[in-house]
Amino acid sequence: MQLQRMFGIVLLASVAAAQDFVVRAERVHTVSHGVIENGVVYVRGGKISAVGRAAEVVLPAGVRVLTAKVVTPGLVDAHSVVGLAGYLNQPQDQDQHDPSAPLQPELRAIDAYNARERLIEWVRGFGVTTIHTGHAPSALISGQTLVAKTRGDTVDEAVIVPCAMIAATLGADSREEGKGKSPGTAGKQLALLREAFLGAVEHQRKLREAGSDASKRPDRDLRKEALIEVLEKRVPLLVTAQRHQDIVSALRLAKEFDFRLVLDGASEAYVVLDEIAAAGVPVIAHAPMARFASELENASRATPVKLRDAKIPFAFQSGYEGYVPKTRVVLYEAAIAAAHGLGFDGGLRAITLDAAKILGVDQRLGSLDVGKDGDLALYDGDPFEYTTHCVMTVIEGVVVFEGSR
Amino acid sequence: MARMHRASLVLLFCAVASNRSSAQDTPHAFVGARLLTISGAPIDDGVLLIHHGKIEAVGARASVALPANAVVVDVKGKVLMPGLVDTHSHVGGGWGADESAPIQAGVRMLDAVDCRDAGFQRAQAGGITTINVMSGSGHLMSGQTLYVKNRDVRSIEELCYRFPDGSPMGGMKMANGTNSHRDPPFPATRGKSAALVRESFVAAQEYQRKLAAAGTDESKKPARDLALEGLLEVLSGRRIVHHHTHRHDDVLTVLRLSKEFGFRVVLHHVSEAWKVADEIVAAKVPCSLIVIDSPGGKLEASDFDARSAAELEKRGAADLVAFHTDDWITDSRLFLRSAALAVRAGVSRETALAGLTLNAARMLDLGDRVGSLERGKDADFLVLSGDPLSVYTHVEATWAGGEKVFDRANEQDRLWADGGWGAGLRRAGALCCLGDGEDR
Repeated sequence: MQLQRMFGIVLLASVAAAQDFVVRAERVHTVSHGVIENGVVYVRGGKISAVGRAAEVVLPAGVRVLTAKVVTPGLVDAHSVVGLAGYLNQPQDQDQHDPSAPLQPELRAIDAYNARERLIEWVRGFGVTTIHTGHAPSALISGQTLVAKTRGDTVDEAVIVPCAMIAATLGADSREEGKGKSPGTAGKQLALLREAFLGAVEHQRKLREAGSDASKRPDRDLRKEALIEVLEKRVPLLVTAQRHQDIVSALRLAKEFDFRLVLDGASEAYVVLDEIAAAGVPVIAHAPMARFASELENASRATPVKLRDAKIPFAFQSGYEGYVPKTRVVLYEAAIAAAHGLGFDGGLRAITLDAAKILGVDQRLGSLDVGKDGDLALYDGDPFEYTTHCVMTVIEGVVVFEGSR
Repeated sequence: MARMHRASLVLLFCAVASNRSSAQDTPHAFVGARLLTISGAPIDDGVLLIHHGKIEAVGARASVALPANAVVVDVKGKVLMPGLVDTHSHVGGGWGADESAPIQAGVRMLDAVDCRDAGFQRAQAGGITTINVMSGSGHLMSGQTLYVKNRDVRSIEELCYRFPDGSPMGGMKMANGTNSHRDPPFPATRGKSAALVRESFVAAQEYQRKLAAAGTDESKKPARDLALEGLLEVLSGRRIVHHHTHRHDDVLTVLRLSKEFGFRVVLHHVSEAWKVADEIVAAKVPCSLIVIDSPGGKLEASDFDARSAAELEKRGAADLVAFHTDDWITDSRLFLRSAALAVRAGVSRETALAGLTLNAARMLDLGDRVGSLERGKDADFLVLSGDPLSVYTHVEATWAGGEKVFDRANEQDRLWADGGWGAGLRRAGALCCLGDGEDR
């Protein structure tokens, strides 16, 4: 183990710069344009330079060639807390939730992300190259999220979207029931959110009225400024809501304040599919292996299929876990959905291109297309099979994992 | 019994009166499947013949004569294997334990389990037919566990396996490491934890000495003490200790105490078994392993590694390997997955499958009754759509004691298997299902 780790470090150090190479695989899952049998992916300068059948792609002489049974785009975990919620689960490594106030949209994920956290290395070893992570679904508004590549020693080396979304939570996980604190009920949760947005609208109005006249500007307010990002549609509000009535409340709020909504969890989405579809809202569905208990007691393995059939864009997440396992692995989660009606292609889409679309990064990653980032996952068999191993993970042409996990 | 459509229930009760299933009285032959017997080599195109809740015959098609009245079930293309044995689960509402003291040897899971808990139904959907139901690990000794045959019953009395004297069968739950560390009277350190356990066993030895000295003289017998009686059952070997332990040094502490007091023990979870595999194998102590999706979540699981099973096997101790769900830590419906992930981490398929069945049964002293497809054993088995270690395989049916307890084609069973509206509700009573049935 120790030797392996040391070897790993040496290996990483020696390949820290992007290399040009070709991956040759029995099956190349492009996601965007089907499967290529006996295909190649040519990565040059950190970008995908060619994808096609081995017999048809002309490669430069002497280029390094890697082989694998299967290659997919680097996986995208549409919602996680790794980097903030550390693997030890001790107070000193838990930065995903500050309990001092129910509404803290100003908390930035970039100020909390630990790029050297072990769980980032862990998920990277399964082919996960991009994560949407940040403040946990534990407060009415717990803070901001970011999108990062699972690489780097610092947040700056990892992050690709510093403020991806602002994380809100309805339902039991953000209720301070019985603690004499607000919010204690669902009605109060929505009242607090509406008040906060009204405050931001007012701040926005004053800023507009002041225009370029600095003397008339209201005092700066980090909280309101964060919510204005939502009101001006630069950043979506990510609302974790499991129960159908909370899902509908989130839709109502988004309509009232005209912001971009991304639903998260949504374990009872299957009873309000029409409402979600009509609102045009994407869903980052709960991990298929999340515990079917408390607010997820009505969760169903059939939900992904129903979302697909209702033409609601969706992706999978590893989610937030308060205990063991401290993180789920989105590859494992998509596998369970694939085996419960979604099928291989549907499962893979939901942890690559469709996840990238919801995160707004599909222009640069999520499929094997020329010009996109050279983010690849290599496997020794069907990636969803329990007994298959991820053998290599590549981010922008850099091998970030090599082994057999 | 698989839950029936309500409309057919009346007919069912008229037809079979007090019998749960005709499978008990009429021999059933499952023909054409690949049989993973566990005790022997797999049999292709095999026959499994069951009658009166027992396995009557197992073999290749040509080798088994079918009784004239046998109901023949065509299972061509399917895979049959023994019902799974979960050596460690918290289904049935037995998660917690009383918090007044760290050692509660007199407390019985028998008195706490809800036999209609949906967790049992989910376990049936996952192919689990035998469960060691126990309380949590927040105590050094949280009480007596219960071995149950996972059928749909009216009371816990019908659910449990029994010792030869007729009393409910089970082990003793113990734990060390950090889970049991709390304010007094709970321990705050590992040294104190071990000292408290040793004190308890010493007290039991004293109790035993007084009982022996009194002989048949009732007047000289010490007063009955439920906790000490429980501990005596551990010292006598009647009850196996099921010991939560993760870290390498905690594992060795269990081995040390087991040697000092001579109790039989199965190590549970054993996240760091791979670090002390030599010592475990030398002590010949079985391991019921947890398989989780990432290390950590708590300090003592921070070095979890799924290769522990492979490390034990490598040392010639494949028979010491079993798995458990620790439900709700992992999902009973996905118990096969635990073994598959151990294969991913290097253990052989054979050991992985034995770890879900025969090895696990032996850890509950049930190896002569369940865990393999062998003549004379209980008719506990699964009908699988394919390879048990593939993610794409589904449990199509589960039989326990000759009764079909899960059928994926049945609407209610499917709800428990895949979830959906109302899937968390407790199983309704057998005669109350004509109305809305499910209660909370």
